[in-house]
Amino acid sequence: MLNRSSYKHYFIMLLPGLVWLFFFNLLPMYGILMSFKDFNPGLGIFKSEWIGFANFEYMFQIDDSKRVFRNTIFIAVLKMIGNLIVPLVFALMLNEVKNRLFTRTVQTIVYLPHFLSWVIVAGIMLDIFSYNGPINQLLMNFGSEPMLFFANEKLFPWMVVLSDVWKEFGFAAIIFFAALTSINPEMYEAAAIDGASQFKRLLSITLPSVLPVAILLGTLSLGNILNAGFDQIFNLYNPAVYSTGDIIDTWVYRAGLLDMQYGLATAVGLLKSVVGLILISISYTLAYRFANYRIF
Amino acid sequence: MIEERSLISKLWNWLNILLIIMLTIVCILPVWYTLVVSISDRSVVAAGEVFLLPKSITLSSYETIMGESQFFKSFFISVQRVVYGSMITFFVVLLMAYPLSKTSKDFKYRNIIMWLLIFCMLFNGGLVPWYMTMKSIGMINNIWGLVLGGGLPVFNVILVMNFFRNLPKEMEESALMDGAGPWRILFGIFLPLSTPVLATVLVFTIVGHWNEFFQALVLMTKNENYPLQSYIRQVTANVDLSKMDAESVKRLTSLSNQTLNAAKIFISMLPLLIIYPFFQKYFVKGITLGSVKG
Repeated sequence: MLNRSSYKHYFIMLLPGLVWLFFFNLLPMYGILMSFKDFNPGLGIFKSEWIGFANFEYMFQIDDSKRVFRNTIFIAVLKMIGNLIVPLVFALMLNEVKNRLFTRTVQTIVYLPHFLSWVIVAGIMLDIFSYNGPINQLLMNFGSEPMLFFANEKLFPWMVVLSDVWKEFGFAAIIFFAALTSINPEMYEAAAIDGASQFKRLLSITLPSVLPVAILLGTLSLGNILNAGFDQIFNLYNPAVYSTGDIIDTWVYRAGLLDMQYGLATAVGLLKSVVGLILISISYTLAYRFANYRIF
Repeated sequence: MIEERSLISKLWNWLNILLIIMLTIVCILPVWYTLVVSISDRSVVAAGEVFLLPKSITLSSYETIMGESQFFKSFFISVQRVVYGSMITFFVVLLMAYPLSKTSKDFKYRNIIMWLLIFCMLFNGGLVPWYMTMKSIGMINNIWGLVLGGGLPVFNVILVMNFFRNLPKEMEESALMDGAGPWRILFGIFLPLSTPVLATVLVFTIVGHWNEFFQALVLMTKNENYPLQSYIRQVTANVDLSKMDAESVKRLTSLSNQTLNAAKIFISMLPLLIIYPFFQKYFVKGITLGSVKG
């Protein structure tokens, strides 16, 4: 129906974005070659010597990489669970309150942490949980020894998960609020007339209507299993907690940009990207098959 | 309205409200604490006496900031970055979303371009290749490295495109009958109807650019080129306390200027704290549109 002369205009409209895409998304992919080369900055990517999969073989031999993969998955999985369940429960709790002014105010406030950067949140957290910060003052009042929360390798991953859930649960609940408001209120009234208690209504009306959304979000989050949150950990960690807190992205940063092991760091990054792509594709396919969810 | 009469259920409701209030307080407590520390006296804070209420209130931290030119330089770089970044994103996303919202029958290259975008959204070369590229195209110590370095915001393009696709077809068809071209349709019809989704994109972009610190850390080799977040990171970074004895930990914490840092942190989060409530109704709608699309 539209004539071909529109094509010219369409391409003009697409041009700025495609140029941006070319220089800042596509061009960097050329650098992937570094993972198959003995990269020498003096020679450049093109002229450096091919070494096949040597970087990858080395990666599987060193203990570092096993550790960072294990840490990444551990932290990411805990976050996935926490960031699904806490927002869901919170949305269900808030849904039971009928005062609009109250719910609106609460919503606005719990969205707040989402808008703070991890630099800021980490700065505040490190302060509050510091050696003579308020939390330790409180602990000392109860007679226990002060703890270095973010310098303790046992506590660190849990502090990471906890602070991430704190930051995101309110914002993540938005999607559940939306699902909850779309429930027809007549269902509740009918159930009440039939003698269903408040708890019974929660169980048989509210929960079944948000469960599909929760399952969908859970499925989509599977693609993030190798994303443990660089911005957060980079700002919270220190060498004392590398054993439990160092993740793929932080390791790649140190190995690649600080220690200049370009080939190795690129190889680890590439492995992460490829696995991530596969996982996301699987999760989106699942979401499409079972929930008819499409992003485009 | 349904009335609950039983005692247990009343008790349960009050407990529920109490829990919600507690969670809400936990969400603002760190922000409040930062404000409290920033306006308290330095020595009182170092002694660990300040938590919920300020003690010996003073604005000296804020006065000190007034004299720190690097703080303002960084603040200005951040503002510049947000302005450039959000304007460019807004127009690029708007322009791209329109042709991509066509069906592949109306625009036969649509699907190829779409797959290219999706691929670039889900896959990247990783940090080191990105850094090498940025270096080779002159983005070191360059504000445009910060503005464009994150790459094309594909997700935003998809968000706006989906919104366009859900607009009634008839409007575009009648405009075509009247002889309107693609530009007229985009700016005259689609743009005014797309406030919710464009406001969502705008607020996400502003927040993203204001809060981003890492690209700047990597691309800026001189501290004077740091945007605000990278600057803040530099002054508050986590030090390895495990290798120190309790005494040196104490000495270190009393040396670092906690109240001044708190004041810097507070100022740097203020702009977003002020704007997000105004955008709330848009991003709530935008998120819902973007993610529950069936």
